Amino acid sequence: MGQAIPTLLGMTVLIFLLVRLLPGDVTSAMTGAEGGGTAEQNEALLESLGLKDPLPVQYWNFLTGMLNGDMGNSYLSGLPISQILGNAIPITLEITILATLFAVVVGVPLGVLSAVKRNTAPDVGIRIGGLFGLSIPHFWFGILALLLTSSVFHWVPQVTWIPIWEDFGGNLLQMALPSLAVSLSLLAAIMRMTRTSLLEVLGEDYVRTAKAKGASTSRVITRHALRNALVPVITLIGADIGNLMGGAAVIEVVFGLPGVGNTLVQATFLRDYPIVQSTAVFLALVFVSLNLVVDLLYKTLDPRIEYAS
Amino acid sequence: MTVSATIAKKLADDEGVVPPKKPAVKGARLAWTRGFIDAVRNPLGAVGAAVLVLVVLSAVLGPVLWPVSYSAQDYTRLMPPSPLNPLGTDELGRDVLSRLIHGAQVSLQVGAVSVSIALVVGLVVGVLAAFYGGMLDLILMRVTDIFFAIPGLVLAILISGLLGPTRTNVMMAIGIVYAPTFARVIRGAALSIINLPYVDAARTLGVSDGRIMLRHVFRNIQGTLIVLCTIYISGAILTEAALSFLGLGTQPPEPSWGSMLKDSMTYMRLSPGLAIFPGVAIMLTILGLNFLGDSLRDTLDPKMRDAH
Repeated sequence: MGQAIPTLLGMTVLIFLLVRLLPGDVTSAMTGAEGGGTAEQNEALLESLGLKDPLPVQYWNFLTGMLNGDMGNSYLSGLPISQILGNAIPITLEITILATLFAVVVGVPLGVLSAVKRNTAPDVGIRIGGLFGLSIPHFWFGILALLLTSSVFHWVPQVTWIPIWEDFGGNLLQMALPSLAVSLSLLAAIMRMTRTSLLEVLGEDYVRTAKAKGASTSRVITRHALRNALVPVITLIGADIGNLMGGAAVIEVVFGLPGVGNTLVQATFLRDYPIVQSTAVFLALVFVSLNLVVDLLYKTLDPRIEYAS
Repeated sequence: MTVSATIAKKLADDEGVVPPKKPAVKGARLAWTRGFIDAVRNPLGAVGAAVLVLVVLSAVLGPVLWPVSYSAQDYTRLMPPSPLNPLGTDELGRDVLSRLIHGAQVSLQVGAVSVSIALVVGLVVGVLAAFYGGMLDLILMRVTDIFFAIPGLVLAILISGLLGPTRTNVMMAIGIVYAPTFARVIRGAALSIINLPYVDAARTLGVSDGRIMLRHVFRNIQGTLIVLCTIYISGAILTEAALSFLGLGTQPPEPSWGSMLKDSMTYMRLSPGLAIFPGVAIMLTILGLNFLGDSLRDTLDPKMRDAH
């Protein structure tokens, strides 16, 4: 924890500087003309947006604003960023949660099957499938899924987002394909990791002891082996959170869903700095917190892990 | 000659420190050439290498064997495959095959250059941090922590989007995103070498720091470096495709596999090939790299097997 705070502060400085120091400015986007309006108009515009302040002052305003929950307004639409993010977060959250669930629910059993039936046809099939899963770009899978459903089933997902609290079935139907696309590479990675670590654990003494005491194979695997074999899988999910969030961003664009990633991409095109920096900081915060949660999960799952500090 | 001088002489000879003897160099090269050969003997590795050779050949020889401009437009729009256009034409009547070939050049270039950027930065930071330790190590590793706090693709979107989407900026963005990972892995690998007795021996002999880093540390982490590069070239190609798909990468009229997929979305019901061929090209390239990378990891750097 002690190290997390300087890291987080450093992250906000990095994003802040990236957004400020790079060329291109908002006046072109706001006035709709390359290079903006006249020199005076541009000056006045920058003044009113607080962009004439010295960088440390701008950073301080940005940081205290974030801490107070007031992230400022969009340069272009004038809407409060907290409202823009508030609308976008549930979509991204749902995609990533569904994708992770799907990857675990399908990936772990396939990995177990692969390990138990080692070097048989199912195992080879699962392993080759896993390599394919790691090689297909998320967004291409999304495009293929859209192509298939539209040309074969004559069905296209609805263009506007259906909130889950309004129409549960409709929402799930709409979110199924995007989540599946995002989950693909994680699913493949989980399959591979479950197989490797289960094979390793199955050779350990306590597994032999359990077998010797007459426990059935399925009991040995589910109660004894899998519990420890899943620790590296949790690590893997933790390490993949960043990919999952990036994947969700691209998939939101494919399916036209107004999630956090889509918001970030559109704001980048428009040079809407406040949205870009707040969204990026928000995504990084979520990323770091989830990694922290994963760290804490280890200890619950595997009592053998003790933290030195 | 005193005993210690004899030992020192012997150590120096064994290490090839004075004079730089050729056998030592050959030995090092041989080790990873053999690793390559062993990796390709494995069926998966062989398939991977074959696919990669095919992709590289089509990027290099493609323009010679199929000398059709990727930007020449025609009135024959959205045509299905025919002898004139083996993979059909796109929405502006451009030949899809020559665009795919050009896309291969873009992908391979981005993969190679961005990973080289990450490798150079990672080597400098990682080896210096491992070698000098202490405050320098602490500061450098805190800086990598800051980069690790931002999801990779989000950072790539920020850098590429704000710098302005050009191929050079995409390569820089991906290089910057991967550099901290390279620095971390290289630091770890270098540390395990630096703690070995022969590095102490070299120090005792008064070999300079730079020479130890180059001749002893660098040479002995080459296996790790090759595996690291194979893994991240595929990541870089996927990231370029994603950025180009978002419109933040290669710009029209120049084609890249990602931007071809982006354009295909409007016309895919009329002409499904547009959405299929570039995706197959990406998938095959990544598959080749993954197959080869997996086998290389087994032969060159068994320790990394669980790290990924």
